[in-house]
Amino acid sequence: MATTAHDIERKTPKAVYVFEAPVRIWHWVHALSIVVLSVTGYLIANPLPSVGGEASQSFLMGNLRLVHFIAGYVFAIGLVVRIYWGFVGNRWSRELLYLPLWRGQWWRDLFEEIKYYLFLRREPTNHVAHNALAQAAMWFFNVVLGLFMIFTGFALYGEGLGLDSWADRLFGWVIPLLGGSQSVRMLHIVGMWLFIVFAIIHIYMALRADIMSKASSVSAIISGWRIYRD
Amino acid sequence: MQQRETFYDVMRRHGITRRSFLKFCSLTAAGLGLGPEFAGKIAHALETKPRTPVIWLHGLECTCCTESFIRSGNPLAGDVVLSMISLDYDDTLMAAAGHQAEELLEQTIEKYDGQYILACEGNPPLNEDGMYCIQAGKPYVEKLRHMADHCKAIIAWGSCASWGCVQAARPNPTRATPIHKVILDKPIVKVPGCPPIAEVMTGVITYMIAFDRLPELDRQGRPKMFYSQRLHDKCYRRPHFDAGQFVEHFDDEGARKGYCLYKVGCKGPTTYNACSTLEWNDGLSWPVKSGHGCLGCAEDNFWDKGSFYSAVTNFGVMGGAEATADKVGGLLAGAAAVGVAAHAAVSAATHIARRRSEETQNG
Repeated sequence: MATTAHDIERKTPKAVYVFEAPVRIWHWVHALSIVVLSVTGYLIANPLPSVGGEASQSFLMGNLRLVHFIAGYVFAIGLVVRIYWGFVGNRWSRELLYLPLWRGQWWRDLFEEIKYYLFLRREPTNHVAHNALAQAAMWFFNVVLGLFMIFTGFALYGEGLGLDSWADRLFGWVIPLLGGSQSVRMLHIVGMWLFIVFAIIHIYMALRADIMSKASSVSAIISGWRIYRD
Repeated sequence: MQQRETFYDVMRRHGITRRSFLKFCSLTAAGLGLGPEFAGKIAHALETKPRTPVIWLHGLECTCCTESFIRSGNPLAGDVVLSMISLDYDDTLMAAAGHQAEELLEQTIEKYDGQYILACEGNPPLNEDGMYCIQAGKPYVEKLRHMADHCKAIIAWGSCASWGCVQAARPNPTRATPIHKVILDKPIVKVPGCPPIAEVMTGVITYMIAFDRLPELDRQGRPKMFYSQRLHDKCYRRPHFDAGQFVEHFDDEGARKGYCLYKVGCKGPTTYNACSTLEWNDGLSWPVKSGHGCLGCAEDNFWDKGSFYSAVTNFGVMGGAEATADKVGGLLAGAAAVGVAAHAAVSAATHIARRRSEETQNG
């Protein structure tokens, strides 16, 4: 079989600067905030065994809530900055923000990618940043779920700040909409579990791509360069 | 032109002294969280304004609102307000009965069209054309609609009238429906609780008849003066929550020491009511003070949100799902982990198989 130009291109080691610094910083800050939010959030819903001594000597739950709220601010502000970067950053930075549902090619890519992960296709589809399946997952878990957690989280935070506080004015309407304070709390907990589901699959996919595909994956989100090896 | 009688006239006619009347005014001002100067304003309003009649209807309910109301911690407030409203119509409290009582309703509409307050206890069931609650030979929903057409404003007493409560819990066979989903064209004040606190009830009704306007309401139609904070925000056990000191079982050391009841299911952190400040029965006690968590009875749909004895519960919004948030989430995460492990195993197997076949081809 004759060697085509395409094959030469693929065999040539090549690198693309995909993830700009703000995207990389956001990725790791966001990941850390999700870990902190999940651990503290789980312990707020399911507290540790009781602390002994006088109540005045301990502030365990208070501190857990404080850390949760600070991490919540980091998460929320980070997502807002990341969405802003989608407008001013390079073309791959926009992939997180929307799904090009009107493009036939995108749907074909999605279908091919699903086939690839079901072992029905040998080669992965070739994309610089995200394939269609990855893009759909990134969009759902980061934008949809992220905003859901921000809206429910700040609505619950507003309950503590009090009626007519800024958080209550901006997000308080979420509470009656979703069936009351207890329901919002429980949905917020399910949101945390969905983030854990996302983390499991995301980390697996990244490692798998690193090992099995020809494009670097884990080092790309550290250095920003996607390196293609032979 | 004949002068309409004032509340003060009515009270004096019922043998309440001026001294008692003034005491009632200052206590009510305090109960409403108003400044001292409002005692005089309430007294002045009750002395000069024509009396606003109150019609008190009972739908599908257990009458615990009335039971609470007549046990108002301050007997003075109870007596005064009771004498003000029992004059008009309350089928549990009034002396009249049968046709005589029902006639009073029509008389009130004739005399005070658009001026009376309609206090609703319980709610109308709408299934089978409302046949699950019949009063004076007619479905209650018809009586409610008729009286609401001519009233000035509505007070929805208790969780039944405000949210639906137990008779509206899944599967709600009678289709019991809260007042605000049946009457759409009148201002409604929700006073939830099962029952509401007596002082909250007398406070709301006195505010409305003394100042001739609705109290300031929150997003869900509850008076801000009593429902703007959660029990948790003013709970005397809150320091134990912040410290991380919890009752783990009802018979443990923590329970004896009065630790926080959050882990045994207290819904104080999600319930808006005045229990932790006003307390019950003249400040005698309230659920948390007696060592049991709050059930969240003043919250919408509290019956369908799972265990009263667990902090993590159902959502109360997903039909028949009985699993808690942690069970649903844990299951999803477990499924993801198993799925990933299986996928990794198949991936590794195919990867190795491919390498081998490539090697044999090349070699």
